[in-house]
Amino acid sequence: MAFESNVDIEHPVHDLRTEAMKNFELKGFPSKKEEAWKYTSLNSLQKIDFSIFPKEENALEYKEVKKYFLHEIDSYKIVFIDGIYSSYLSETTHDGVDICLMSSALTKPMYRPVIDVYFNKIASKDESLTTLNTAFSREGAYIYIPKNKMPKKPVEIIHFSTGNEASLLLQPRNLIIAEENAELQVIERHQSLTSNEVLTNSVTEIFAADNAIVDYYKIQNDAENASLIDNTYIDQKSKSAVSVHTFSFGGKLTRNNLNFYQNGQHVDSTMKGVTILGNKQHVDHHTLVHHIEPNCESHQDYKGIYGENATGVFNGKIIVDKIAQKTNAFQQNNNLLVSDKATINTKPQLEIFADDVKCSHGCTIGQLDEDALFYLQSRGIPKKEARALLMYAFANNVLASVRIPEVKARINKLIAKKLGVNLGFDL
Amino acid sequence: MLKITDLHAGIEDKEILKGINLEVNAGEVHAIMGPNGSGKSTLSAVIAGKEEFEVTKGSVELNGEDLDEVSPEERAHKGVFLSFQYPVEIPGVSVTNFIKTAINESRKARGLEEMPANKMLKLIREKSELLDIDRRFLSRSLNEGFSGGEKKRNEIFQMAMLEPKLAILDETDSGLDIDALRIVANGVNKLKSKDNAVIVITHYQRLLEYIVPDFVHVLHNGKIVKSGGKELALELEEKGYDWLKNEAVV
Ligand SMILES: Nc1ncnc2c1ncn2[C@@H]1O[C@H](COP(=O)(O)OP(=O)(O)OP(=O)(O)O)[C@@H](O)[C@H]1O
Ligand SMILES: [Mg+2]
Repeated sequence: MAFESNVDIEHPVHDLRTEAMKNFELKGFPSKKEEAWKYTSLNSLQKIDFSIFPKEENALEYKEVKKYFLHEIDSYKIVFIDGIYSSYLSETTHDGVDICLMSSALTKPMYRPVIDVYFNKIASKDESLTTLNTAFSREGAYIYIPKNKMPKKPVEIIHFSTGNEASLLLQPRNLIIAEENAELQVIERHQSLTSNEVLTNSVTEIFAADNAIVDYYKIQNDAENASLIDNTYIDQKSKSAVSVHTFSFGGKLTRNNLNFYQNGQHVDSTMKGVTILGNKQHVDHHTLVHHIEPNCESHQDYKGIYGENATGVFNGKIIVDKIAQKTNAFQQNNNLLVSDKATINTKPQLEIFADDVKCSHGCTIGQLDEDALFYLQSRGIPKKEARALLMYAFANNVLASVRIPEVKARINKLIAKKLGVNLGFDL
Repeated sequence: MLKITDLHAGIEDKEILKGINLEVNAGEVHAIMGPNGSGKSTLSAVIAGKEEFEVTKGSVELNGEDLDEVSPEERAHKGVFLSFQYPVEIPGVSVTNFIKTAINESRKARGLEEMPANKMLKLIREKSELLDIDRRFLSRSLNEGFSGGEKKRNEIFQMAMLEPKLAILDETDSGLDIDALRIVANGVNKLKSKDNAVIVITHYQRLLEYIVPDFVHVLHNGKIVKSGGKELALELEEKGYDWLKNEAVV
């Protein structure tokens, strides 16, 4: 890949970009030699000649893409087509809250005070893909929820790629701020509409001030040649609660770098995931929760089902600083391998420097229970449905914490579809 | 209804069933008794179609059809039901959703529409009352954390819902307290008719006082070594199995 610069010197974040570019040039793309990238290779993606800026703007009719929206409920929508904002498909607002575009937040003077305080403040300055994004990204979602506010409806951030470019590199950048006591629900989705190559290198910064509540749902059910590197950084202040649910069913290669920093006391961080893969799909979940202050909790529960030649990685790092006494950190990663050729690498990484902490972690890798399968079949449930039922049941408890019923229903449907069955009920 | 002829079956190289002959007709109740490890559960699993066991010789026929190539779910659709000696725990699937799925899959296989929700609810209410099952119980995960007796009662609840033609009850009485035994036996008796048949596997004569068998068979070392009427169960209770083991050698 080669990057041509096309930069605006006057831009308020110009210096950040220049520095990020320098850092990226220094490090280059991560290689399998690095511990954090041992099981995920970007080699084949790097060989592709991606275009960075689409040559022409593309339009989409709502009815063509309606099914990718959570159309059962009303929502704010920030929609991009090949990386370019689509005002036609979007519904933004400035009514007490700002739900709009990153590009305008970065250029309009009225947003300058917020940008100065938050932009690129929690995102890594040296992780190479994050710096690449910082250097090149121009667009994304900007959400600012002032103190004590809550938007009337959830926000959907959707990126479509139309396949009009043979191969496209997208680098969206989202900045999400929930001030004191604010509440927010976000659903993010990347959807390629053809089998052309797409690589998305996304960076999202989320700031949750005291008592703020943010629920973030990532629906990763992309087309066969779409790859995603998701870098999400979350800064939490006292008594805030942030949850991220990641549903990974599609795509070619998906890497989730999910980083929680607990910069306050009595913080609650939740990371949940359901991964169901087949073919040669690959998903790598790298989570980090850094307990910096005392009296905080973190809950991680990732379930993975791997079939055919699919490969999965779960690497969950928990750091508990010396002063972070009374930390409760839970981590669970359970996996089912439903084919002989599927693989999963799972690894907890605990760095605990405080002595008064409760920390539990467990990973399991298993197969479908033959006795359970026979039990279901003996009651008249066909093998395929019985297998699906067991897989469904295996992943089920992760959905319990999804607070938008329509999202839960949608995920249930996607799971049933992925498993190739119609079970006729939600678990 | 069921005709088993010279059935040999086992697992890997180990032969467990060594030539079983058994005929069960509609309207009959058969009891199978026999020492631990004699092959009773294996026989029931083979009848229900568990693929883990390989049939090496002989046949199992249901209403004249050889079941050799028939999957467990198809056998269920044809009316075979096995109440498991050790019911499997299935976390994440409620009893209600499970039984709904089972009933509707069977109906689908018979070319019937799904059972309407209100009819299903009524049926569930009726059968859970028959077996004195608390409604709250039905929303729990299938068998997960159920006591031994609760699991057995839940098996019979499923049987009552599915109304099988041939029910095999593998030690349904073990783990049941005296009251539960009566309730479960009563449930089984209510379902009995001239059109269906029951095979009761048990170690104890006690159950057979409630579910009275027409025939009692003794399975020993993979073979039926003695058959008789209900009085055979009493004789076994008194004498144990040793005299039969010797008889088999003779
Ligand atoms: N999956 C298996 N693998 C190996 N051996 C098995 C397997 N299942 C059963 N057996 C063996 O087959 C024999 C018969 O077992 P089975 O469970 O049928 O006995 P049973 O008559 O039901 O005994 P019990 O009265 O204790 O329930 C035993 O020796 C048992 O160890
Ligand atoms: Mg047994």
